[in-house]
Amino acid sequence: MARLTIDGVEKSFGVFRALDDVSLAVADGEFMAILGASGCGKTTLLRQIAGFDKLDQGRILIGDTVVSTAHYHLPPESRRIGIVFQSYALWPHMTVAENVAYGLTVAGVKNPERARRVTAALSLVELDGFAQRRPALLSGGQRQRVALARCLVTEPSLVLLDEPLANLDVHLRASMENEFSRFHARTGTTMIYITHDQAEAMALADRIAVMDKGRLLQVATPSQLYREPADETVARFIGEGMVLPVKVRSVESDGSCRADLYGHAVRMRCATTQRPAAAARACLRARDLSIVSATAPGISALVERTIYHGGHFRLEARVEAAPDTLIHFSVPEPCEFAPGAAIKLDVADGWVIPHSDGN
Amino acid sequence: MSDTVGLRGRFEDYALLWGLLFVVSLLSVAPLARLLLEGLAPNGEFSLQAASRILSDSTTWIATRHSLVTAFGGTLLAVVIGGVVVLVVSLTDIRARNAFVFCFVLPMMIAPQVVALAWLQLFGPSSPLLKMIGLAPALGNRNPLYSPEGIIVVLGVQYAPLVFLTLRAGLRTLPRELIEAGLAGGAGPFTVLRTIVLPLMTPPLVAGVALSFVSCLGNFGIPALLGIPGNYLVLPTLIYQRLSGLGPGVLSEVSVLSMLIGFIAVLGISLQDVMLRRRDFRISTTSSVARPFELGHWRLPGELALWTLSIFMLALPLIALVLTSLVPAVGVPLTWSTATLANYAFVLFDHDAARRALVNSFGLSATAAIAIVLVAVPLAYFLVWRRTRLLRFVQLALEMPYALPGVVLAIAAILLFLKPLPLVGVSLYNTVWIILFCYLARFMVLGLRPVLSGYYQIDRTLEEASQIAGARLPRRLRTIVFPLLAPAATAGALLIFLTAFNELTVSALLWSSGSETLGVVFFSFQQGGDSTYAAALGALTVVVTTALMLSTVLMANKLPPGVLPWRD
Repeated sequence: MARLTIDGVEKSFGVFRALDDVSLAVADGEFMAILGASGCGKTTLLRQIAGFDKLDQGRILIGDTVVSTAHYHLPPESRRIGIVFQSYALWPHMTVAENVAYGLTVAGVKNPERARRVTAALSLVELDGFAQRRPALLSGGQRQRVALARCLVTEPSLVLLDEPLANLDVHLRASMENEFSRFHARTGTTMIYITHDQAEAMALADRIAVMDKGRLLQVATPSQLYREPADETVARFIGEGMVLPVKVRSVESDGSCRADLYGHAVRMRCATTQRPAAAARACLRARDLSIVSATAPGISALVERTIYHGGHFRLEARVEAAPDTLIHFSVPEPCEFAPGAAIKLDVADGWVIPHSDGN
Repeated sequence: MSDTVGLRGRFEDYALLWGLLFVVSLLSVAPLARLLLEGLAPNGEFSLQAASRILSDSTTWIATRHSLVTAFGGTLLAVVIGGVVVLVVSLTDIRARNAFVFCFVLPMMIAPQVVALAWLQLFGPSSPLLKMIGLAPALGNRNPLYSPEGIIVVLGVQYAPLVFLTLRAGLRTLPRELIEAGLAGGAGPFTVLRTIVLPLMTPPLVAGVALSFVSCLGNFGIPALLGIPGNYLVLPTLIYQRLSGLGPGVLSEVSVLSMLIGFIAVLGISLQDVMLRRRDFRISTTSSVARPFELGHWRLPGELALWTLSIFMLALPLIALVLTSLVPAVGVPLTWSTATLANYAFVLFDHDAARRALVNSFGLSATAAIAIVLVAVPLAYFLVWRRTRLLRFVQLALEMPYALPGVVLAIAAILLFLKPLPLVGVSLYNTVWIILFCYLARFMVLGLRPVLSGYYQIDRTLEEASQIAGARLPRRLRTIVFPLLAPAATAGALLIFLTAFNELTVSALLWSSGSETLGVVFFSFQQGGDSTYAAALGALTVVVTTALMLSTVLMANKLPPGVLPWRD
């Protein structure tokens, strides 16, 4: 078990800045997801933590040990961490048991201790009886579990998971997600989970670090990330948030505020440091919007498109006061609104994005 | 604690890398540098005396002209045969493709001097085959192959597979969409061939021409057997005669000659670059191999034509060789009563040098194959996964001893080892070790290439996973990389073994009593007029070669595509 401290890490490939001043502190035993679209730098960050690449600036500590600085680089084989690779990276020329035992053999653990720990690791991932099989004869989910067993048998202080579910089909994902969280609960290992799938990250992680263009945008619990995105990029990326212009009129001490959205008075949440502002931005979720009767106060809009999602429709509508802005929300089946219909929308909740007023 | 562990790991990495670089520079850079030094400054003093003496000698220029004539002629013939065959084999729906490719490529794997002898036995007045059918020229007639034309024909046959293979590799990467787009545009098969396939095949064609030219230029076995009797000397045979006639005293002169032939070879290789720079040949997509054109009722005639070619190029010469090996003496007609295995018994059991040569050649080839693979696997690790500018240069340097004609390397090795080694005071000259040194230097790329393509097939995370498990580089190489590369490395080792086993060019200049190779003994039998012994020895090497090639069928599924030339 160990903390992971990433402190001002920078990495460039030619003129491309893959990591731009990234700092992150992962607590002992924490499950941290690093979330971002492909090309955001999350794999580069993982390779820095593992030690496959050297960094340009900053430093990385595992526990209290410095493993990477610009001038010092502890090779991966000496870092005592575990990785589950996206491709699983099981060695095809070894049996399942030999794959799992490899790290122990390297560490000089002798039989019968080694055999005992291999058996224990395999039964932990429910693969008893598969010890003598070749990886080629296993299904995707089984391979994933062998990779997990191989990574955990040496009891690493830190485990890195590189999109471990990306190659599995949807059904298997759910059960493997379950496996990972059970696993984390049982072993208490510090885990860093790299993914581009926010549902996965939300389901598994204690905290999520959102990355974009080599920078860390926000590090927060899944709920905080969803409810209180730190900036517009996070707001748009997580849960398909809508970012709309608001005028903040007055701020209460309980973290709520009164605001105008397209001339309609609404109540929103905001940071306690938020000041009244003429031009701030708010993040709204689809579930915050609902259709009200045409005579009630609300935001006028024209339905642009309806998309059936099974049980409900997703409606996209154009705000009358701002014809460039498309908003979306869902309406249960049956839906009486066809494209072109005029509707009125009420706003139940929203989050004023901090510093979005330019202050 | 982890600090010292990290240091140890890094030390091992660097020690391994620099150890490999030392071996490589010893094998490829040192001999060529020594040769250059000799040419410019013989005996350590700058002087162009030797150079100007050689360059003003008319024999030099006659041999150069002969070299160019035979190399160009042989290349032209190889391109015509190889080019036509590759188009039929790659683009049409002929059957038994694998078997045909095997037979077509086989002459390239057999020693050139054996091929030359086989052709001699096919046409000469003493040809058992012609005698059997009563067509042999009268005794005393000159064998028509003792001529520049003969050299050109045999060179063409020997290197047609080389052109075939480079074009075949090119045609494999030709995306089917390009052909199908042409057909969809309304063009017939021949228009597609002329306007799409052939233009796009310019790079492999030029590469094949260059490769074949350099190989013809450097070939020793064929002009030695077919040219020396008629005193038609090319540069490699001129060097051989000078050196064997006068010994190491003429070293300065022959090193100038070998630099001359090296210069022509480099010129040929560079011409390839110049030609390819003029136009854009990049192919934008890669997908499955093009669907073959259906020959329809032309299929059977096409197949018959291919196999007839194969009979003329491979079967008839080999039959002639075997028949010669069965007659008791040159000129005796072969019948059931005259046929004998005495020639085989003689070369296998009675002739001391032949017996020694068998042991030497097996030992040298196997040692070279194993040693090269053991160097190539870790070296390719750095070349593929830790690429730096220095390593790019190393890879280029490693190509040189193989790309340049064999005589160049042989002369360079003599210069390097003529004096006893510094510090230890042991001399490698006139021992079997100087031949081993040349085999290691010359055939390194043959082992490196399959290993490199093996690396490109391995998912690097397999290695990273073992690194994360705590394994340092030596253990990773041993437990992960070597097992995964085993098929490719075996293919490389086999390729080296076969090439070294059939080799003559280098050992002809380097052998001494006790360190004869099969090629050397074969050549001296033939030069002494003992064609029947030579034929028996040649037939034996053909059997060994073919058997080893066939054995690779067993591991064909595990190999990266294209590492074994005879596997289609």
